[in-house]
Amino acid sequence: MKNVFFGAVTSLLLTTAALADEMKLAVTTSFHNSGLAEILLPQIKADLDLDVQLLVVGTGQAIRLGEAGDVDAILVHSQKAEEKFLAGGNGTHRREIMYNDFVFIGPNTDVAGLQAADNAAKALQLIAEAQAPFVSRGDDSGTHKKELSLWSAADLDPAGFDGWYRAVGAGMGAALNTASGMEAYIMADRASWLNFGNKGALELLFAGDPVLFNQYAYLPVNPEKHAHVKNDLAMKLEAWLTSDRAKELINAYKINGETLFVFNAK
Amino acid sequence: MADLLDGILQAFLLVVTLDSDLVEITLRSLRVTLSALVIASAIALPMAALLVVRRFRMRRLTIAVLNALMGLPPVVVGLIVYVFLSRSGPLGVLGLLFTPTAMIIAQVIIIVPLIASIAHQSLRELWSDYHDLLISMNASQRQRVQALLWDGRRALLTAALAGFGRAIGEVGAIMVVGGNIDHATRVLTTAIALETGKGDFAMALGLGFVLIAMAILVNLAIHWLGHTETEGRW
Repeated sequence: MKNVFFGAVTSLLLTTAALADEMKLAVTTSFHNSGLAEILLPQIKADLDLDVQLLVVGTGQAIRLGEAGDVDAILVHSQKAEEKFLAGGNGTHRREIMYNDFVFIGPNTDVAGLQAADNAAKALQLIAEAQAPFVSRGDDSGTHKKELSLWSAADLDPAGFDGWYRAVGAGMGAALNTASGMEAYIMADRASWLNFGNKGALELLFAGDPVLFNQYAYLPVNPEKHAHVKNDLAMKLEAWLTSDRAKELINAYKINGETLFVFNAK
Repeated sequence: MADLLDGILQAFLLVVTLDSDLVEITLRSLRVTLSALVIASAIALPMAALLVVRRFRMRRLTIAVLNALMGLPPVVVGLIVYVFLSRSGPLGVLGLLFTPTAMIIAQVIIIVPLIASIAHQSLRELWSDYHDLLISMNASQRQRVQALLWDGRRALLTAALAGFGRAIGEVGAIMVVGGNIDHATRVLTTAIALETGKGDFAMALGLGFVLIAMAILVNLAIHWLGHTETEGRW
């Protein structure tokens, strides 16, 4: 009996995964939380026989992983950071794939009166005037950078805010959990919001301003800088992501009857 | 409170239906942590015994540092291992980052001080009993270490189980070096963090209960293998 047990443990320890074509892609939490990956990855596996291993991190960390050559490509949404990444010779090029949009979420009592706002800047000014609790990602992610740029567009500086502005330093889901617990306002991407399971008293209060559009881009890591990266697989994946097949799947992806992403690769 | 009940229900459903993802990540959790435990014990137990029988300068300092390292913050260990294993780090050529091996390395670093400290404490007491006997028998240092390790095996088991407990529930370090990649490096704790992030508390709690149940089963199995608490033994 004991021999059987030890044998089982040993075989368990020695098992290694079968080798197939594999590449590592760093994606943002917001992309992953949308659930689109679960539609695309099996299809990529079927069409290309390629296992795409997703590293789900914030845009800041995704870019660091790409710079260090620890992933083969990144899929992120922060154009300024992407351009800096390219300027540093870390990537070969930037290919736009699709976009979704950011939305403002808040308590259904809407103490700041966000529903009356006619643009994103006005919405943020209303929150600041009411000093209503606001949860910020605070983690240098694409969403966080977008939020900061919106504050500055509204002529406000988060560094000067009092205790009502809470930078939680966490991913989209964790930040939404915090906002739900505090009944605070928060900016989230629409996909994460629709897929979020712990909405509590929160609801969508403002959306639709064109400045809230959120462009996702695909950047293969530069093989001249990191000779080991699988650039051929990264290019194969890019060709698939920009194909009609991907277009169909991305545009057709819905949660609760709402379209999330708009394919716009050229 | 409703979440807790949902969690128990979810755990029950997952186990009863033998959910294939659950089986996969549970086995991976076990594989990573048991490998780390075996390696860490192989390093820490002889080290603890040597620290007991040898007298050398800085011995007290070594022991104090070892005890202090029991409180190593896992996420810092994860970052240090990440920096070493990263493609732009000194061990980057090995290509180990974001593999189960990287997770094992991080866990070994986290639990070696813990196992060694607990083992050292119990072996020290044993040594005070054995000291005169082993010296009078003119036992070599190697024989002394062997005698201590063998006769102290029950206490060492406790040290190893403490290490197992710390490693199996660890999330900070393996998240950084493993990356929580589905079908590659996702284990129970990182899956729990992921489900919490999605706001699916029932699933997260369900996985948590599975983790707790597994830890209990492993401890029971190890006791069974060691014949503790049976007649004529202790």
